[in-house]
Amino acid sequence: MASNGWFGRRSQFTQARASHGAAAIPDGVATKCVKCGEIIFTSDFEKNLKVCTHCGFHHKLSADERIRYTVDEDSFAPLHENLRSVDPLRFPDYQSKLDKGIAATGMHDGIRVGVASVHGVSVVLAVADFSFMAASMGSVAGEKIVRALEEGAARRAPVVIFTASGGARMQEGLLSLMQMAKTSAAAARLAAANIPYVVVMTDATMAGVLASYASLGDITLAEPGALIGFAGARVSAQASTQKAPEGYQTAEWQLLHGQIDQIVARKDLPDTLGSLLQMLGFSPEPTLDDLASEALTEADEEIAAIG
Amino acid sequence: MASLNVIEFEKSIAELDENLSKLRRIVMDQKHPQNTADLPDQLANLEQHRTAIIRAWFSNLTAWDQVLLARHEKRPYTLDYIGHMFTGFQELHGDRLYGDDGAIVAGFAKLDDMPIAIVGHQKGRDIKQRQHRNFGYARPEGYRKAGRIMKLAAKFGVPIVTLIDTPGAAADVSADERGISEAIARNMFDMATLPTPIVSVVIGEGGSGGALGIAVADRVLMLEHSVYSVIAPEGCAAILWRDPEKKADAAKALNLTATRAKELGVVDGVIAEPLGGAHRDWEAAAGSLKEALIENLAQLKDLTGDELVERRYQRFRAIGQFTEIEPIHLNGHASGDAA
Repeated sequence: MASNGWFGRRSQFTQARASHGAAAIPDGVATKCVKCGEIIFTSDFEKNLKVCTHCGFHHKLSADERIRYTVDEDSFAPLHENLRSVDPLRFPDYQSKLDKGIAATGMHDGIRVGVASVHGVSVVLAVADFSFMAASMGSVAGEKIVRALEEGAARRAPVVIFTASGGARMQEGLLSLMQMAKTSAAAARLAAANIPYVVVMTDATMAGVLASYASLGDITLAEPGALIGFAGARVSAQASTQKAPEGYQTAEWQLLHGQIDQIVARKDLPDTLGSLLQMLGFSPEPTLDDLASEALTEADEEIAAIG
Repeated sequence: MASLNVIEFEKSIAELDENLSKLRRIVMDQKHPQNTADLPDQLANLEQHRTAIIRAWFSNLTAWDQVLLARHEKRPYTLDYIGHMFTGFQELHGDRLYGDDGAIVAGFAKLDDMPIAIVGHQKGRDIKQRQHRNFGYARPEGYRKAGRIMKLAAKFGVPIVTLIDTPGAAADVSADERGISEAIARNMFDMATLPTPIVSVVIGEGGSGGALGIAVADRVLMLEHSVYSVIAPEGCAAILWRDPEKKADAAKALNLTATRAKELGVVDGVIAEPLGGAHRDWEAAAGSLKEALIENLAQLKDLTGDELVERRYQRFRAIGQFTEIEPIHLNGHASGDAA
């Protein structure tokens, strides 16, 4: 088990944040792993789903990359793309941070929602994009998560959420805090409707998001090495009398403490999700070919009956 | 004087009060050499003046003053309110999973003749108590105890009152080890569907998720000088400006006062405190709080469990502000400024 590789994970996280987007070397031919520092051909890196070919580190993905790597080809149809944050408190510098996030991601906010299929199983999907203001949860993110959970109940389709977030978005004050209650209440409704809710925690899932919808899945998966914790390193260190243990707040550490079901490598996520959803009773939708051959069989049977 | 914060102001009022009580003793003492004929009038003037000063100060508090007041160490805590408002309190301990958290108290008591389940954060007053109460930083065991008692209340149709007063949930390694995030999330999840009336009141510090973890209610109220915030002003200042000393600016930016929370639609009502704050008159503060609880519980008592749950869902569902505009075209980000 490569768990040794995850120790000292925190400094890597800080480094990745500090170098923000500097992982790609200018001409784009080579990419430097933010974890081990190895230079990899970008083509190999991308072929490997942005997992370091040298140390296995799972780099952060944009929402669109995540969707491409996870769902059946061309099956994703976005919903609620038109929601956009406002600046209800006129909070210092908030508008410029939103503008930067929009420029960096081409998204209005840090969550993309839609319907898709995974191994043929129809799902409602929500995916966080950490590069939009650390995918912090304000009114828009909360509303989109709630709409995804409600959509799942309405369609009777499982809801799969890939979480990543620094927590509640300070710049919307109490309105952000209340999204924790709002999303948790929506998760409770989905549960009451007996529709599965699967959470996949990715790097990094923290604070107000971890303490709300991210922790309420029927099944909770996580990517290797993902940072998962309630408080940031500094706050936690101040509050603790003990030294942070090795691997503290990694997915592996959370697994050890009973907080997640399984750590799944990026390449295995579609298979794992498909398999779990089928075991919970959600079968793949028939494809057009399936429908055609079914119709042909029926026609043959009818002809045979006449004959 | 304008440069004093509210705690410094309080000190000067305390000095004034000491002098006033000396004067009062002289007035009572007929034989005192300084007891002149016009002294009672002078005293009355001074007392009026004192009230006017306090009123002026308290009508012009900064957000940071409100934070200091909400954290005031003489402010009544949950068990003080329980003592003043309820009778026959039966405290129930433990989460049946790991331990008993001193930072959250829970149990049953009577509000007049009505049985109520009470859950509240608890701070300590002396060093020993503060350690026992973990300075009000509630641990996973506290949230799980709260959840256990609230579900018990719902099972027997007993209304729930929660009192919020925490700087935040415990954020140390051991809290993470025992799933503090899950404990908070699970309480919100469970509270969203409990078929019994729930009234939550922020009585002091409404610290972030640690507060909200017991505050998913049909009615959410705040005491006049309590605060409710997504993050502590010090933490906000440290993250945004790398300078915890900018806490007063952060407090202002966060809109954490009761008045602003009401305007944002996050709380349903603000309960007036005695002049100069709840810490000056526990009895009066508890009286106002009790009145508000009775009024709000009465408004909820005829709703069925299903109606309560549906309204509670819609109450939180409606919170948030955003616009809906044309989507960005993915092959060119240019329309990002189209609003």
